[in-house]
Amino acid sequence: MTPHHGNEPGAGEPIVAMERVTMRFRHQTVLHDVTIRIEPGETLCIIGESGCGKTVTLKLIIALLQPTAGQVYYAGRDLATLSDPELNRTRLDFGFLFQMAALFDSMSIYDNVAFGLREHQLCDEAMIARVVAERLQEVGLPPGLENKKPAELSGGQRKRVGLARALALSPKVMLYDEPTTGLDPIMSDVINELILQTQHTMKTTGVVVTHDMRTVQKVADRVIMLYPLSRLEPGESQILYDGPPEGLEDDPDSRVRQFVRGEAGERLRELSSGWGE
Amino acid sequence: MHPYDLERVIVEGIRIEWLFRRLLRRGWISESHLDMAIVSAPTNHLGSSSDVPRSLPPEPPASPVQRVGEYVFDKVVSVGAMALFTLQTFGWLLRKPPRWSVIMPSMYAIGVSSVPVVALTGTFIGMVLAIQTYNQFEAMQMETKLGAVINLSLVKELGPVLAATMLAGRVGSSMAAELGTMRVTEQIDALIALGTNPIRHLVVPRFLACVLLIPLLTLMADFMGIIGGATICTQLLGVDSFHYWTHSRNAVGLLDLFLGIFKSVFFGAAIALTGCQRGFHSTAGAEGVGKAATESFVFSFIAILLIDFVIGWCWNIIYFSIWPVESSFL
Repeated sequence: MTPHHGNEPGAGEPIVAMERVTMRFRHQTVLHDVTIRIEPGETLCIIGESGCGKTVTLKLIIALLQPTAGQVYYAGRDLATLSDPELNRTRLDFGFLFQMAALFDSMSIYDNVAFGLREHQLCDEAMIARVVAERLQEVGLPPGLENKKPAELSGGQRKRVGLARALALSPKVMLYDEPTTGLDPIMSDVINELILQTQHTMKTTGVVVTHDMRTVQKVADRVIMLYPLSRLEPGESQILYDGPPEGLEDDPDSRVRQFVRGEAGERLRELSSGWGE
Repeated sequence: MHPYDLERVIVEGIRIEWLFRRLLRRGWISESHLDMAIVSAPTNHLGSSSDVPRSLPPEPPASPVQRVGEYVFDKVVSVGAMALFTLQTFGWLLRKPPRWSVIMPSMYAIGVSSVPVVALTGTFIGMVLAIQTYNQFEAMQMETKLGAVINLSLVKELGPVLAATMLAGRVGSSMAAELGTMRVTEQIDALIALGTNPIRHLVVPRFLACVLLIPLLTLMADFMGIIGGATICTQLLGVDSFHYWTHSRNAVGLLDLFLGIFKSVFFGAAIALTGCQRGFHSTAGAEGVGKAATESFVFSFIAILLIDFVIGWCWNIIYFSIWPVESSFL
């Protein structure tokens, strides 16, 4: 595909595209020649075991990391060609829910949610107060929480504040990094519902990185499964599965089925050979 | 395959690619060569021993020369990273200075809360100087000259250097730990994701607070040291107070005071930049943050000593080329 060069994607053009991306850190390669195209409005779940490069993928999309090789496009523009101010403006189209919420612990909840609006001087204080109250209400947090510090909140509350902060700037693309990790099953479901609600009411494109299959079944329009490079056969693609969530269970690849069902499979043999030594 | 060999294979792979990219940029090779280099770099089937092709020749262990080379290379890279960090900080400082409301909390944390510890350090340095020098001067019947000795060394050297050392320990390492924790908990990433430059938001206010307030803290250390020294000499050791102060006034000039303050600004800049840079490049985990805090103190202390030496040297050259006379002291 030749990337479309323009400000808005045309019909059928992906809003986010990673083309043949390789990501290498000092000691290891995490992604090798990965191509992912995300259509506007869809909710894509990226699944895979820990260390397969899911979070790295998410960080590449918003240019928190720069690929070693390959390009990342947003709305047809190569992120690597953007100047710093352009890149910062582009990032306002994204909302990022971090794994541990990454709230600024020196600030109150109110200031956390208001941060983006204040920083970019998008509206006056009265308007900011309205947006903050609205967003906190949307994620189901009781009033009176605004003046607390992040350390005083529970894990689920922190995640919801993180979501409110990400949504404050009305993003076009929402990126969720393991949204349900570390939460109890009920709070996980609350977060899943919130993702679903966000995707529907705000009409955002969503990328959800997760290894929670309930999240996948609930929110995904499409699923991509990444596999750790170190376990691939030579010449194999790192994307083991790309399709609707319904097809996961019946995929011919046993590694996909094993992941979906949560079975250790041949890893058990590795364990026993380790014990044998 | 030994993990050490594995690491070498990866490093070699990265080197090959890097080399090819340089050649590509110069137009000596084409894109297809680069693809070939990336594909042939044996990094995509690492991890399990059976995947590594058998044709790969065994890597000889790194020779001492190679290791020295790698060490030097790493050090050069970290010096470059520090220089770049400094440039970016100055860039943002000039382009878009932060609001006072952002600088104020840093000023409080760095300046106001350092006052007690700096004052205490200053006082004791003055008192200790008095006690240690008194016997020598008394033997020569020159104890009233102590005022000149104590106050001159305080104002020119000990006040600024010790105030800066205290600040490096108290403020520099706390900056490194704070920013390191922010790095590890993805708060710095969150700042970037919200379209903000973390250097502008986190480093520039701390830098400004440090540079603006360290002269005041130095003055505080000087003042308390002078008071401490004078109290011990005149009240405890019985030095004549009129002559003590007269000799002080004759020996210590405004220029000496200025030298101390002038140096302190550079110390402040070094403390803030080292602390923030170490924090920014902290590695994950409690160990990484702890290491960042320790390194921050060690590096800024070395920087303080270096800057002190260089400025002292340059100052002497300039001073004696303008006023080519002997010092009035003694």
